[in-house]
Amino acid sequence: MNLHEFQAKEILRAHGVNIPPGRVATTPAEAEAIATAYGVPVMVKAQVHAGGRGKAGGVKFCKTPAEAKEKATAILGMKIKELTVEQVLVTVAADIGSEAYVGIIVDRATKKPVFMVSAAGGIDIEEVAASTPEKILYVPVDVRYGLPTYDAMRMGFFLYADVKLARGAAKIMQQLYAAFMASGCSLAEINPLVVTPAGELVAVDGKMVIDDNELERRPEIAALRDERSEEPSEVDARHANLTFIKLDGDVGCVVNGAGLAMATMDLVKYYGGEPANFLDIGGSSNPEKVVNALRIITADPKVKAILFNIFGGITRTDDVANGIVTATKANPLKVPIVIRLTGTNEEIAMKILQENGFTASSDMDTAVQQAVALAKGGK
Amino acid sequence: MSVFIDKHTKLVIQGITGRDGSFHAKQMMEYGTQVVAGVTPGKGGQKFEGTVPIFNTVADAVQATGANTSVIYVPPPFAADAIMEAAASGVSLVVCITEGVPVLDMTKVYPFVQEHGVRLIGPNCPGLITPGEAKVGIIPGRICTPGPVGVVSRSGTLTYEVVYQLTRAGIGQTTCVGIGGDPINGTNFIDCLAAFEKDPATKAIAMMGEIGGTDEQEAAEFVKQHMKKPVVGFIAGQTAPPGRRMGHAGAIISGSSGTAQEKLEAFAAAGMGIAKRPIDFVELIQARL
Repeated sequence: MNLHEFQAKEILRAHGVNIPPGRVATTPAEAEAIATAYGVPVMVKAQVHAGGRGKAGGVKFCKTPAEAKEKATAILGMKIKELTVEQVLVTVAADIGSEAYVGIIVDRATKKPVFMVSAAGGIDIEEVAASTPEKILYVPVDVRYGLPTYDAMRMGFFLYADVKLARGAAKIMQQLYAAFMASGCSLAEINPLVVTPAGELVAVDGKMVIDDNELERRPEIAALRDERSEEPSEVDARHANLTFIKLDGDVGCVVNGAGLAMATMDLVKYYGGEPANFLDIGGSSNPEKVVNALRIITADPKVKAILFNIFGGITRTDDVANGIVTATKANPLKVPIVIRLTGTNEEIAMKILQENGFTASSDMDTAVQQAVALAKGGK
Repeated sequence: MSVFIDKHTKLVIQGITGRDGSFHAKQMMEYGTQVVAGVTPGKGGQKFEGTVPIFNTVADAVQATGANTSVIYVPPPFAADAIMEAAASGVSLVVCITEGVPVLDMTKVYPFVQEHGVRLIGPNCPGLITPGEAKVGIIPGRICTPGPVGVVSRSGTLTYEVVYQLTRAGIGQTTCVGIGGDPINGTNFIDCLAAFEKDPATKAIAMMGEIGGTDEQEAAEFVKQHMKKPVVGFIAGQTAPPGRRMGHAGAIISGSSGTAQEKLEAFAAAGMGIAKRPIDFVELIQARL
């Protein structure tokens, strides 16, 4: 789960990181009022789960409250990577001397959280990693011991020659690490970490991604989810305990298991079609899940054919068959459906489907080819 | 012959009285796996299905029964502790089926397991099966048949799909291992490839990877440097859009690292066979036996 910048900053601030004052506005008038209260130049920043906000015109410097109102009017409601901006952060503008990057991410290779720091901050760190890898210092952390001061200092000195700044940065590393662990992050970054002309260290932007598996035991973090900033069909699917991602194609896919779901999408493409979505109904599927899956998929007007690909292991294929029958009785389908079922209780499932006028195959390639052809023919 | 488990495997099931644990305990017993003990704190002294003794701790179970392998079906908040308990109790193999284990828990568990010299498979995996001998986990027994192919995969149902296609074509398996799709897991592709290379009964290997990370690229390098046996590979997620999670925590593309294209190129450079579709495994494996 992604946090908004203002949410990440609140968490970082609570862990002691020096962050310029800021508040969220949902209307231009609110933005103006906040700027007036601060009485100094502010930044107005779009709060959406998308990178490249600055390039898209979603981040503006404003000298006066009137200007803050004007920029907020332009930014609120604008679309950044198809996401509508519903709120802006109005924050005191920092004077920028130098910009550094500080991030921490769970690394698959070392199986540890790894710090990445670079004096080349403010821009895309992946670009720095690709073109000038020597400008990044990587420091893995053994979570059993936490981040030792010497490692934090090593990073501090990598960024700043001045010992006072190095110590200050080291302290921020410790604070960032504490916030990362306490919030169940898979990624946390401060970019840029700014040194002001007065020699003060300030975190000007913050980002946090939470491991979804942490949300159950961290209700205070789970409560930060902003459903307005997500694709509505994906929100709907999550409430139904389905993993769903909307794509642009016209073959709606219902599959059990993430790997098989991806392989099914790939096969749709292989046979010349375009998948409309990724949808994993998961392991122990009750008929209700199938009903919800069909409802979500058929809500997309682009979908021209529906493809079920179920390999029953824990999943009982008769549950899936019952779900298909129940769902289509309640809401008759307007597009053709192709069903592939094999595995646990396959014979019972086939019988249920036949009795209700459906045909099903047990071969994945045949089913995918049929679905692609139906989506193309539109019949 | 086989890798990791066989008919001598003596299994303890952590969470044997839970909904998933009890269902799969019966399945494993029916398949012929030696299930020697179960663990559910507070139910020590009882018996599962009237035959399998239940203990309060894994250590008690190991001491009383000589179990050498553990399989874990406990809920996600308790899974990390269950893995450490198993690793500390003297078994040599721990298989964690549980899905949804927080990745930061695994950063703690992984070094602990390493230091105890224990092999961990998973978490978030279907486990493994040596057809005709033993199954540990949830892979359906009837889709497998004994034979010469080693199977290793990051996913569950996709593994079933490929194994089923192989079995239908009359190609059996030595052992099928599902290593799981989480960002941090125990046994990786290279561990399995190395074990299959050593196993005299394994003549060819089928490997199913996914987008995200660099495990498949490293596995390809291992194939190139250290393996004489033929390996056929597949990558799921070629059509996945960049930057989106596809259900598995593992299936993430960020930047250019971990794309399907990158992985397939590594396979090709290692001289591996490349299955474009799951069904392609049949022909490609057949040609290499």
